[in-house]
Amino acid sequence: MMIDPLSVFILLLGAATPILFAALGELVVERAGVLNLGVEGMMITGALAGFAAAHASGSPALGFIAAAVAGAALSMTFAALTQFLLSNQVATGLALTLFGLGLTAMFGKPYEGMKAPAMMPGPLGLNWMIWLGIALVPVVWWFLSRTRPGLILRAVGENHDAAHGLGYPVRRVRILAIGFGGALAGMGGAYISIATVLQWTEGMTAGAGWIALAIVVFAQWNPWGVLAGAWLFGGVTVLQLRLQAAGVAVPVQLLSMAPYLATIIVLVLISARQKFGRSGGGAAPASLGRPFHALK
Amino acid sequence: MSNVFRAEGLGKTYPGVRANDDVSFAVEAGEIHALLGENGAGKSTLVKMIYGLVRPDEGQMALLGAPYAPHDPRAARAAGVAMVFQHFSLFDAMTVAENVALGMENPPPQPELSRRIADLSQGYGLPLNPARRIAALSAGERQRVEILRCLLQNPRLLIMDEPTSVLTPQEAEILFATLRQLAEAGTAILYISHKLEEIRSHCDRATILRQGKVVGTVDPRAHSARELAAMMVGAEMRLVDRSGRKPAAPVLQVRGLSTAGGEGVALKEVALTLRSGEILGIGGVAGNGQEELLSALSGETPTAPGTIALEGRDLSRAGPEARRRAGLLAAPEDRLGHAAVPEFSLAENTLLTAGARQNLIRRGLIDRKAATDFAQQVIRAFDVRTPGPDTAAGALSGGNLQKFVIGREVLGRPRVLVVNQPTWGVDAGAAAAIRQALLDLAAQGAGLIVISQDLDELLELSDRFCALNQGRLSAPRPTEGLTIEEIGLMLGGAHGMEVAHVPA
Amino acid sequence: MFRLEPRASAPLLWQVATPVLAVLATMIVGGCLFAAMGFDPVAAIRTIFWDPLFGPTAAYSRPQLLVKAGPLILIASGLALGFRAGIWNIGAEGQYIIGAICGAAVALAAYPMDAFWIFPAMILAGAAGGWAWGMVPAVLRNWFGASEILVSLMLVYVAQRIAAWMAFGPMKNPEGFNFPGSRNLQQYEAASNPDLIANSGLHWGGVAAVLALAATWFVMSRHVLGFHIRTAGAAPRAARFAGVRPERLVALCLGVSGALAGLAGLFEVAGPAGQITESFGSGYGFTAIIVAFLGRLHPLGILLAGLLLALTYIGGELAQMMLNLPAATVQVFQGMLLFFLLGFDILTRYRIRRRA
Repeated sequence: MMIDPLSVFILLLGAATPILFAALGELVVERAGVLNLGVEGMMITGALAGFAAAHASGSPALGFIAAAVAGAALSMTFAALTQFLLSNQVATGLALTLFGLGLTAMFGKPYEGMKAPAMMPGPLGLNWMIWLGIALVPVVWWFLSRTRPGLILRAVGENHDAAHGLGYPVRRVRILAIGFGGALAGMGGAYISIATVLQWTEGMTAGAGWIALAIVVFAQWNPWGVLAGAWLFGGVTVLQLRLQAAGVAVPVQLLSMAPYLATIIVLVLISARQKFGRSGGGAAPASLGRPFHALK
Repeated sequence: MSNVFRAEGLGKTYPGVRANDDVSFAVEAGEIHALLGENGAGKSTLVKMIYGLVRPDEGQMALLGAPYAPHDPRAARAAGVAMVFQHFSLFDAMTVAENVALGMENPPPQPELSRRIADLSQGYGLPLNPARRIAALSAGERQRVEILRCLLQNPRLLIMDEPTSVLTPQEAEILFATLRQLAEAGTAILYISHKLEEIRSHCDRATILRQGKVVGTVDPRAHSARELAAMMVGAEMRLVDRSGRKPAAPVLQVRGLSTAGGEGVALKEVALTLRSGEILGIGGVAGNGQEELLSALSGETPTAPGTIALEGRDLSRAGPEARRRAGLLAAPEDRLGHAAVPEFSLAENTLLTAGARQNLIRRGLIDRKAATDFAQQVIRAFDVRTPGPDTAAGALSGGNLQKFVIGREVLGRPRVLVVNQPTWGVDAGAAAAIRQALLDLAAQGAGLIVISQDLDELLELSDRFCALNQGRLSAPRPTEGLTIEEIGLMLGGAHGMEVAHVPA
Repeated sequence: MFRLEPRASAPLLWQVATPVLAVLATMIVGGCLFAAMGFDPVAAIRTIFWDPLFGPTAAYSRPQLLVKAGPLILIASGLALGFRAGIWNIGAEGQYIIGAICGAAVALAAYPMDAFWIFPAMILAGAAGGWAWGMVPAVLRNWFGASEILVSLMLVYVAQRIAAWMAFGPMKNPEGFNFPGSRNLQQYEAASNPDLIANSGLHWGGVAAVLALAATWFVMSRHVLGFHIRTAGAAPRAARFAGVRPERLVALCLGVSGALAGLAGLFEVAGPAGQITESFGSGYGFTAIIVAFLGRLHPLGILLAGLLLALTYIGGELAQMMLNLPAATVQVFQGMLLFFLLGFDILTRYRIRRRA
């Protein structure tokens, strides 16, 4: 069995990219105090919209733009329900996922069996989306920790009553964050259909959105942690595929559980560290998942 | 007239409540102007209108002679109005400098801002490190952050909402010195409080609000506390009857009680002995372990064996239900969400604590009729104003719900009752009724622990007084003869003094 | 402009009216969607919501209603317990699959024996399997504080792969000409779960669903345990003050909902499905979440919601056959239904007033 480290690393970057996009987007949403469990639904919508646009135009770049628009558009349903109608964020996120999966299953039928246009290779033989994903990490970090809008966004997620008391538009900030998260989730989904699998199949995101949610927890709401988490999962995925290809004497179905089991293990480890560690209070934004309603 | 701020006929109506009605008053440059009123008199609605958080239904405001109608707090700040909130509007996970920056319209770059924070805080004798996280600061330090955030804007009008509720008397003195310094520099200060002594000794004028209306604007130094109270409440204060109490045998023994802390304050080696028929008052500045002490006594937080004994029986490992069956009852501070469930009816809320003692739950089955009857009994005995036992707890006013919560426990005939902040946020009438109920319970032979941040209340109720400071409980002192200064030192943690004064 | 004013308690009228409004809104928006796709909206809605019960093929489709509603109701009645307490088991699909595998394992081990105890033993094994799969997130949350939402969901994907492995490996039918999938339990009398009354669609799963509804109704309305569950969901600190131990509720709710989902899987594999296949999970575990919410977490509501969603399944199939509507239409409908329900829910929690 031969596993060449460099080729594994290159494959790892590709496998990590969808999760990196989605998790970075969700990180910004959660730092604004909103828990959107609909990442999977937005990813699958992006996967279909991106594939359809790329296929129709022949341009993968247009595909990614369409995916971002579709993901953001779908996320606005979540924004309207949770921010204006004050619905429960957990239930609404779930609904978004179920709806996205249904919607794409319905509209995706005609695209089954078609092939995606080829991606333009970027520097070092890696495509541009991989580079964009990696570049987004410092950008998000810089935005959150060094800019005034980032400061306001964190303030809204930390204590929405205080932010409102100081006159910041809690709802508007959150809606923008939700839209950004939707756009990135859409692009992450499109990466799977356009750059990895090269075609559309129903339910093709296969839990990547949920894994992205877990990565945000693993990263303790830090963009660099998201990069580490995404690479870790890219690594597990690639290794598992390599072992399959090498014909290891373990059934394929069991090997393909690896990313999900790894997610559980990592989640347990990070939660346990937070529970028993010396660090005290968690890194989670204090207003995460709590509805905000100001009497005026 | 050098009016900095003037209100003319301000009014605001919420569903069912006329929060403010025809409110007119003016604040002048260089004065500390008190806004005095009991809970629910409309003080907070009024300042929210001034700060742009709430829009008035009618009336006008003027700032520096120009019409003033801020549509949000940023507009208010831009116009020169700053506010220090009662419940801090700070962001715990962020640094002092970030918090200050959030309170400014156009903050300078971080290094420059940090320097200005350091300079200004030195200038006013309020030292602060700009790089520290809020979570690591004490209540007094947090308030400094709020004040500095305001001062960096050079406000013309500074609103302070109940600022001393989180301070020891000594810390409050420092605050007043700062405020006086600011006033002398020409800032107008609007000082909201219901503490009469504080207003009499530090404020230049006082506007008194009652039921949303201005009763009058007076010179607080020219009136006694009793007169001010009468204006605030609208009638003579009801006096409580302290007679008939004879502390007898010990009922509750607490020894070496320590907790882990976690998110809150860790209790450290708390020890106390409570006698039957006695009220033990526990004072302390907010956030010094009051909630944790109540949780440890009620059984919500497990404690080490041998730490809590009721009439000789070790209850340290018993859960809340077992403790209640044994006769140790508690009423937590937070009415909505801790002592009662807002969405549940009053009848259902009796099941929270009275299931076993009132026989409302038998072998796991709920007797709904018995629960309704018991709720009705509490409503009648404690004069809870509500349509009936089917009303949701959240629909009651603070005072009425508090009467219900205290009544539910008092009617449980406890051997020991622990209450935290029994009259917090409650109107004067309900507060007097609750205090009387607690005194009567002690007169019938129960032991009571009253935890409160209201020193007047503790002096009025308790036989002995202890202070809770950073999770440590001082040795008790008889309340008779204690001065506010001595209490202040106890609250501040100068425990040494008790040794010299412990009576035989 | 309008403003929202919180209500102290939810009026019964709106609690009942909002699910009905949500269904109507779904029909209207769904109809518009069909029109946009070039279908006759009235015919489509009628085919989905009316024809399965009263149309020309109703004799065939009516029994199907109970076949589909049984597992939905069984799973949703368990989920509702946890949702009330703020414990989010969203991995019922996984518990359903594992319950089916465990139950089928008993049958396949006993094959071809004929004994009265086989079916009861399968029921126990199915419940135990679902319970164990539900306890994993419970234990991980209680011991380590891991989110039960993410763990229970990850376990769905794991369970799906176990089902595939079983179908291709350990459980493959030795007489199945090397096709994936286990023996068909419908053809193994001691282990099968046929209609109790021929062609009624009512098998033991339907009976279990009714029993589960009755039991959860009793617990939620009369027993102190139900009071504790509701308290924990409405005000966690008040629950601790009342003496509730949160870890116990987590274990109880995830365990019970897991066991009920496992039972649903067992009755399905021994009845309508017949065998463990690669794609045994058919989404009941997720649809049951919608059933629980649409039924307002109340047993009677869950009964009605379960029947309604079963209707959409059957109607969807019918519309696919008759009108060539895409198969996934049902999923879209179910998602929309949940959206509208969550949106209209504001009417139960707030009063909407016109701003002066």
